[in-house]
Amino acid sequence: MMSLPCPHCGPRDETEFGYGGQAGVAYPARPGDLDDRAWAEYLFVRDNPRGWSTERWVHRAGCRQWFVLRRHTVTHEIESPA
Amino acid sequence: MSRRLPHGGDLVDRDRPVTVLVDGDPVAAYAGDTLASALLAAGRRQVAAGTYTGRPRGVVGLGAEEPNAFVQVVSGPGEPMVRATELEVHDGLAVQRLAGRGRLPLGEDDTRYDHRWTHAEVLVVGGGAAGVDAALEAARDGGRVVLADDQVSLGGWSVGALGPDLDEQVARLETLPNVRVLPRTTVVGLYDHGQAVAVERRTDHRPDAPAHVARRRLWHVRAAEVVVATGAHERPLVFPDNDRPGVVLAGAAAQYVRRFGVLPGERAVVWTAHDGGLRAALDLAAAGVELVAVLDVRDEVAPGLAAELATHGVTVRTGAEVRGTDAGPDGALARVHVRHDGTIVTHDVDLLAVSGGLNPAVMLFSQAGGRTRWSDDVAGFVPDVPPPDAAHPVRVVGAAAGGLRDDELPPAAWFVGDVDSQEAERVFLDPQRDATLADLRRAHGAGLTSVEHVKRYTTIGTAADQGRGFGVLTVGVLAQVLARPVGEVGTTTYRPPYAPVSFALLAGRDRDALSDPVRVTAIHDRHVADGVPFEDVGQWRRPWYVPHQGEDLAASVRRECAAVRTGVGMMDASTLGKIVCRGADVGRFLDRVYTGLFSTLKVGSIRYGVMCGPDGMVVDDGTVARIGEDEWLVTTTTGNAAAVLDSLEEWAMTEWPELDVAFTSVTDQWAVVAVAGPRSRDVLAALAPDLDVSNEAFGFMQWRDAVVGTLPARVMRISFSGELAYEIDVPAWYGAALWDAVRRAGEPFGITAYGTETMHVLRAEKGFPIVGQDTDGTVTPGDLGMGWAISPRKVREGADFVGARSLQRADAVRPDRRQLVGLVPTDGSSAIVEGAQLVAAGADLTDLPVPMLGHVTSAYDSVTVGSPFALALLESGRTRHGEELDAVDSLVPVRVRVVDPVPYDPEGARRDG
Ligand SMILES: [Zn+2]
Repeated sequence: MMSLPCPHCGPRDETEFGYGGQAGVAYPARPGDLDDRAWAEYLFVRDNPRGWSTERWVHRAGCRQWFVLRRHTVTHEIESPA
Repeated sequence: MSRRLPHGGDLVDRDRPVTVLVDGDPVAAYAGDTLASALLAAGRRQVAAGTYTGRPRGVVGLGAEEPNAFVQVVSGPGEPMVRATELEVHDGLAVQRLAGRGRLPLGEDDTRYDHRWTHAEVLVVGGGAAGVDAALEAARDGGRVVLADDQVSLGGWSVGALGPDLDEQVARLETLPNVRVLPRTTVVGLYDHGQAVAVERRTDHRPDAPAHVARRRLWHVRAAEVVVATGAHERPLVFPDNDRPGVVLAGAAAQYVRRFGVLPGERAVVWTAHDGGLRAALDLAAAGVELVAVLDVRDEVAPGLAAELATHGVTVRTGAEVRGTDAGPDGALARVHVRHDGTIVTHDVDLLAVSGGLNPAVMLFSQAGGRTRWSDDVAGFVPDVPPPDAAHPVRVVGAAAGGLRDDELPPAAWFVGDVDSQEAERVFLDPQRDATLADLRRAHGAGLTSVEHVKRYTTIGTAADQGRGFGVLTVGVLAQVLARPVGEVGTTTYRPPYAPVSFALLAGRDRDALSDPVRVTAIHDRHVADGVPFEDVGQWRRPWYVPHQGEDLAASVRRECAAVRTGVGMMDASTLGKIVCRGADVGRFLDRVYTGLFSTLKVGSIRYGVMCGPDGMVVDDGTVARIGEDEWLVTTTTGNAAAVLDSLEEWAMTEWPELDVAFTSVTDQWAVVAVAGPRSRDVLAALAPDLDVSNEAFGFMQWRDAVVGTLPARVMRISFSGELAYEIDVPAWYGAALWDAVRRAGEPFGITAYGTETMHVLRAEKGFPIVGQDTDGTVTPGDLGMGWAISPRKVREGADFVGARSLQRADAVRPDRRQLVGLVPTDGSSAIVEGAQLVAAGADLTDLPVPMLGHVTSAYDSVTVGSPFALALLESGRTRHGEELDAVDSLVPVRVRVVDPVPYDPEGARRDG
């Protein structure tokens, strides 16, 4: 089990957190303007890197805040983004 | 025949005799014995049998590498497949010998198991000389140190060899305040970010321990650094009939003499491939074992060791090997056939001590992601590339790192003498699996060359010892078969757990009533007093039905439904999820997360809402009441409250942080009683004389503050049954008082308490879907016939809401989507089964695949409809009303007719009473 650094609570066990997938995928400003393909890209398509991944987590069983961190998907090294 | 020496054995306490029962027979032992040493001391050589072959098997090793000596503990709570080499004896211990497989004890295990969490700067695994040294070093700067050792006391197996120095170090370590020493504790897994999981055995060795002391404890240690000092496991050599009782690892045999004062045999052949085996021979000779031959596969041995053995009258025969064994009448070892200088000599012995070298115990290092390499110097796999997460280092020290003594000659990488042996069926590579050299050759013959494939084909290394004893040996034999270097063949992957962990321990205190929280409403005691049967809804316990004397479910539900349809009923509706939303922008926010329009909702009013995911599929529904300008109350389905709160917070926090909204779960803060039926207005009027309950003053989908009985309440006019209905909310601590007040006020009107089953029937008769029962994450509002819940104004103005764009995708508007329909049996009486598949009427169920048109999501016996009635999702369902289909469950079809999903009061005339 990983230990994740909540920016508000400090390092806590992974079981306290929820995973929110790739970070930086903003909800489109005007979804109605997107064609089906672009909308499907937003809905379903995410990076799946072997290496560093910037991703969203929520400290669900703690402060309930969402935050972003960088995780290496092979080694599970963790970096809080600058 | 006792094999206990008159003296010696620092681990046993000869002042404390102990008797254990083995297959019902008493066996004498001393405190400090393992079951294995006790059995050896009692001269009981056969302790197990082969799983498939039934061949007799004896103790081979000393600890976790033991492949044979598994027993079923039948005393105490009982336990299957316990290694005799790791089982401490105590009075009252009773075991049965096993043939490869244990069985789960069927009785209730009422002993305690618990979990503890701790943090450390350094976790040291292993309490031998290297581990003690590492722990002292780590403790020097005051950091927290945890030392976990799987033995009874620290010192490892080198006690005596290193003498008083180590004793002194151990004593010092145990006095340091920043060091936590955990004896009898096996680290079973090393995971990400310095997390280790360990099993501590706390009371098995002390049957007098009070019942409140946990029998075992699962430790969760989070350490900045882990030091692996787990030593090495002795490896055997193999030959035909190598599995007989009496064939023992040489180092283990010497330790049984030294630590337990037990002679594993009286006349012995020792066969080895490294100096450690020769030193073991010396120990055996010194203890009085008659060594008829000492063999070394190497061509040269250290002159010093040879000279010492010579003082016992023993000449080391180099380049020699064992070619087979014979059993005596008891099935145990009686003769050993030795090849030396081209001739075969047979010796009558009762002990064959073999040692093929030491395997560094790299399992934890490998689990953490470290890579190993073959070392010719060690003749074993040693740590090579450390685990990749540099922030959480794993360091390996001592014998686990492949350390050798300075005075040693290199060991030989020797595995089996003759890979082409005609007797390969009796060269056992995994005695617990009864897998042999012949199996390995068959795997090779089938074209398998990877050690991982061979493992799965032959099952070698998959038994309870996980290849600790024979795993590396098998790699060596495979290398011989493939004629490739051992290092190229490589090892199999080590995965946790290192040692078996019982489910009882994993569960810890989280069992029975504590396995999952049970949530009860503030009115629960009333339901218990009424003796109602409960239904579990998620973690909630809700009244299922409220039977009169002698009524079954069906009879009770018929009566309850009739009461609501014709008179008045009451139910505990406290479990509905309730979320208070506060802020200036709640209206705008709700417009975005619900399909409907909420910003126009007036204070005092309520609106029904459907929530979709971004993919346009329904995720929840409920009502939203506007309590004040900046305060709103959102209700959710009972099982979905937490997920909806998560979702609201996520949208607010990650996408629209500029909106002024905040959320508070108040599910448990309110108790709710629903009063439903044509007479509900009369009941409310009696309860709240100051409230104008007329339809004009208090319309459908409105709420009012009121005093109900003597209680401050919020009354909502909403209906889940289609009838005139109210929900009365009071602060939770008034819940029982509210229930009593409603019951009293309703008595003149014949008020009838009802449960979840009746609620389900009533809502199904109105075609109200339950999210999660009638939907499964692939259902749009349109599929449910709820296109009306999508705000036309939002559509007209192009306003977005979550899921809106997805609902325009071609797939979301296909006319042949599965749509909510009603079903009735054509014969008017056959029950329709929830989950039944819908197929064409008369479809041949043997002509596979049978095209499936939909499935039944809810089914009830409906007095109102006059027959069984079901809701279903059916392809093009809305265009098929009137059609006949078969609803098939377990290959039994029931002919059904498709009907409107709202069979009762489709005009909604009854909601106003
Ligand atoms: Zn936090």
